[in-house]
Amino acid sequence: MTITEPPPTSANDVEPAPRLARRKHSRAIRWMHWINFPVLTIMIWSGLRIYWSFDVSRIPSVRFGEETLFPEGFYDVLQLDRKLARGMAFHFSFGWIFLINGLLYVAYLAASREWRHLIPRRSELSNAWAVFLHDLGIRKDAPPQGKYNVLQQLAYSGVIVLGFLAVATGFAIYKPTQLAWLTTMFGGYQSARLIHFVVTMSFLAFFVVHLVQVVRAGFGNFWSMVTGWELDRG
Amino acid sequence: MAEAATPEGNEPTNAVETISEAEFRRRSRRSFLTGLAGVAAGYGGWRWIQGQPADNRIPGILRDVHELNGDIWQALYDPDRMAPTFDPSQARPIRVNGRHGVRDEIDLDRWQLEVVGRSGDTIGTHTMDDIRELPFVELTVEHKCVEGWSEIVTWGGTPFANFASWYEDEAAAPIVGMETPDGDYYVSLDRDSMLHPQTLLAWELNGEPLTQLHGAPLRLATPLKYGIKQIKRIGTIMFSDERTPDYWWERGYDWYSGL
Repeated sequence: MTITEPPPTSANDVEPAPRLARRKHSRAIRWMHWINFPVLTIMIWSGLRIYWSFDVSRIPSVRFGEETLFPEGFYDVLQLDRKLARGMAFHFSFGWIFLINGLLYVAYLAASREWRHLIPRRSELSNAWAVFLHDLGIRKDAPPQGKYNVLQQLAYSGVIVLGFLAVATGFAIYKPTQLAWLTTMFGGYQSARLIHFVVTMSFLAFFVVHLVQVVRAGFGNFWSMVTGWELDRG
Repeated sequence: MAEAATPEGNEPTNAVETISEAEFRRRSRRSFLTGLAGVAAGYGGWRWIQGQPADNRIPGILRDVHELNGDIWQALYDPDRMAPTFDPSQARPIRVNGRHGVRDEIDLDRWQLEVVGRSGDTIGTHTMDDIRELPFVELTVEHKCVEGWSEIVTWGGTPFANFASWYEDEAAAPIVGMETPDGDYYVSLDRDSMLHPQTLLAWELNGEPLTQLHGAPLRLATPLKYGIKQIKRIGTIMFSDERTPDYWWERGYDWYSGL
């Protein structure tokens, strides 16, 4: 097996430079990313089974039997209806995995100093619009960036905030008497439920954009979340 | 085994670390196989959970986690922590969500509360007049249903702890069970929650005597548990060393159901 030096800075070589793979994601990040995906999916799925029994769109009304946010067919197709007990059982079991994985992720980012890739610099925030136009294909050139562009940084640090809010509002709903201070902090029980739901929808919105962008970025980028390395374009 | 030119350490992953294409292919293959094994393990674990023998309507392992959660929150329980209280003017009418045990009208004048001791024998009976001798309190709290809805209501009654003081030795039992006169509905609660000052034997709701469907003449009201534990029309109170039957526990819900 050959071991290759970093690529030469001068491009005057006669022979075509051998292709190199660059390190992109550490093993810890890859494991935590791929554990989070199914666990968060299970949390949302079991959460919707709980949600079914009292559609949040009725909050804070005292009237019952109003229109629900999701049509009945939505619950039927996904088999979310009449499974409140099972929904709670899954939610309060897998919630621990979601919490532990999230804590490990944050601890890892802090210890490895990889958080520097994720937190946007104040000076780069002004690039957000240019990056947005570039992503839409309206603007040709993209502003210079590190590992991630500023919109990626906002998205990836944003989901950490979402994760924190999901857990905090989750506990506020789970133990509104024992953790009354937390529930009060989120504006009360029904308010905490509403925030918890909005956070869930935000996770789904993130997921849709994330998926589209990953598809657009190509297979090599996607594969780097599996292998940790990305091959230079030839 | 060949190693990369730079160690696979924890330093920031700037694009400075590089490996050859051949090494990349080797690692790709390894990662792919690891990923495949991970997917298989995840899927297998999922099927394993789903295939677990049911323990009262939910997979056994999930029941175990419910119990573990109950243990955690019971260990963290602090009797000085109170549910938030509200001004009585904020109280609202509340829906009737369950009719188990209160479907039939009963003669309230002939109602009696039976008390069963740890031995399983009846150790006392009480009329409403007896109960009303205990200090009356009003408590305006948010009543929460396991379904997710909640309502601010004012309960009027007496802390269960007052009633328990009539049975001091028996009330040391870790479990308090309760049952409707017809036996259609029954709950089982931990002693700590029962003796909390906000746990009431209630006979008034929003300043009025309890209606039949809200549990006349006497029901449990506590912001420490979901509504499924707040039994209406109590016929029997049991002090027990073992868990007594619990209607919704048998139907897949968490036994502790603590808020």
